Amino acid sequence: MAIRGTEIKIEGLSQRYPSRKVPTFNRVDLVSPPGEALAIIGRSGCGKSTLLHILAGITKGTEGRVLLNGTAVNGPSPRWVMMFQAPHLYPWMTVTQNVGVGLTFARWGKKETEERVNDAIRLVELQDFAQANVQDLSGGQQQRVALARSLVMEPELLLLDEPFSALDAFTRAALQKDVRAISKRLGFNIVIVTHDIDEAVIVADRAVIMAGSPGDIVHEMDVDLPDPRDRTDPQVQQLRARLMATFQEAANYKKPEVALAGAGGR
Amino acid sequence: MSGNTAAANGMVSAGVSGNCLSRAMKATASNSVQFIGGLLALGIIWWLAIYWITQNPSLSQFEDFSPKSTFAAFPQIWEDGTIQAALTSSGFRLGWGLGLAIAIGVPIGIVFGRVKWFQNLFNVPFQFLRMISPLSWEPIAVVVFAGWEEAIIFLIAVAAVWPVVFSTAAGLAKVDPNWFKVARNLGAKPYHMVTRIIIPAILFDVLTGIRLALGVAWIVIIPAEFLGVSSGFGYAIQDARESLEYSQLMAYILVIGAVGYVLDTICVLLIKRYSWHRG
Repeated sequence: MAIRGTEIKIEGLSQRYPSRKVPTFNRVDLVSPPGEALAIIGRSGCGKSTLLHILAGITKGTEGRVLLNGTAVNGPSPRWVMMFQAPHLYPWMTVTQNVGVGLTFARWGKKETEERVNDAIRLVELQDFAQANVQDLSGGQQQRVALARSLVMEPELLLLDEPFSALDAFTRAALQKDVRAISKRLGFNIVIVTHDIDEAVIVADRAVIMAGSPGDIVHEMDVDLPDPRDRTDPQVQQLRARLMATFQEAANYKKPEVALAGAGGR
Repeated sequence: MSGNTAAANGMVSAGVSGNCLSRAMKATASNSVQFIGGLLALGIIWWLAIYWITQNPSLSQFEDFSPKSTFAAFPQIWEDGTIQAALTSSGFRLGWGLGLAIAIGVPIGIVFGRVKWFQNLFNVPFQFLRMISPLSWEPIAVVVFAGWEEAIIFLIAVAAVWPVVFSTAAGLAKVDPNWFKVARNLGAKPYHMVTRIIIPAILFDVLTGIRLALGVAWIVIIPAEFLGVSSGFGYAIQDARESLEYSQLMAYILVIGAVGYVLDTICVLLIKRYSWHRG
């Protein structure tokens, strides 16, 4: 399994809802080079999940566009796959069937499907559970199946919407490390949305902070740390502290012109 | 040493599988005892009831309803082919009626469970129609359809369609909308949503509906065959009553029960096979 990454370009992306005065976010620009793991950090309601849904083609932005290697994202595609907060596996299928479900949608041949599914199951270390019913697996194992189900599509971009937030601390830490290791081995891009600073430091090459109303990228920081990353490593802790300080500072962020426009309107 | 360990492991695993086997055998034996015990109890109650009734000399003709007379009647109605003919005729009508109920009920149930406005609009009419005894349509069915055969099939379909509709709709209500979101995300086309998600997700509920429908249909078919046709179990019972062959009548009743039981058991096995629900 060898996957190439993609260049992500977000150009002037805005999202407004008719029922709300203030847009969710306004004219956001962002570029991520091929193979990068990018974390978008922000408080609940800052628009980070909406941004991710637009990247996945599940939602459409009101203005602007998203380009992946120059191709505009206009809908869902196996080239950019999203992993959700909960695994949402199909309970009537085994692990193998769940992992291969995307390939059956694309009408892959039986032999090739089998090979790719086995590769993906090996990557997430679930070989011993290949024929198990997914309902018999733990939460962490189920999320691994969801990861394999995404990886089997060999996506250029894996979008993660707080995918480990429902797991216990140990399982979460293990999966964060694994996702980073697999993405680096296979070369695909990651965009992970999280409000967990630790997660951003362990998974990402770069973290951007979204804040304000409307939401905007107010800060970015390179997470320039050697692999494998360990939470107890002083370097990791130092960077985490810096990112936390920046995040707290950004939490009070207010975009000046919008604040003024709001004041004028009243 | 390693040989000893392997041998020990072998013994342990043999012991474990031996235990499983003996547990399974015990369970099967216990089920068989309960099955035979239940039938025996029913038989004894039947025998006692007839014995008690026939103690009164003026009711001695009830002797024809006894287990002994009933079982004695079997060879004749089997050899002259009455049972086989009734099975074929009633089976044909049941198959068509149930088939129509499934073909109409499943799609309606899917729309009913998935489209809110359709459910709001048709909930009251469906509940209203469901409560009308299917047999009350008989006079209308006889007028509308060319023959009694079609009318009976219609009555069975009318009786069987509601459990299928409501079970299918109930199954749809349990379908997690996130399954569609994930599927779309992985490149599923609209027909994949039906074939790969909706059908396997609701198969358990559809089969449960079919099981209920089968029960209702098998109950309705007998009185529906009382009139207009000269075949099937309903006709056979009516005929036996008119010719005062009460032992044959009881034999037909036993066959009706047995066939119903077998069909229900097939449904239970199918439900078990396609159920993914736990607990």
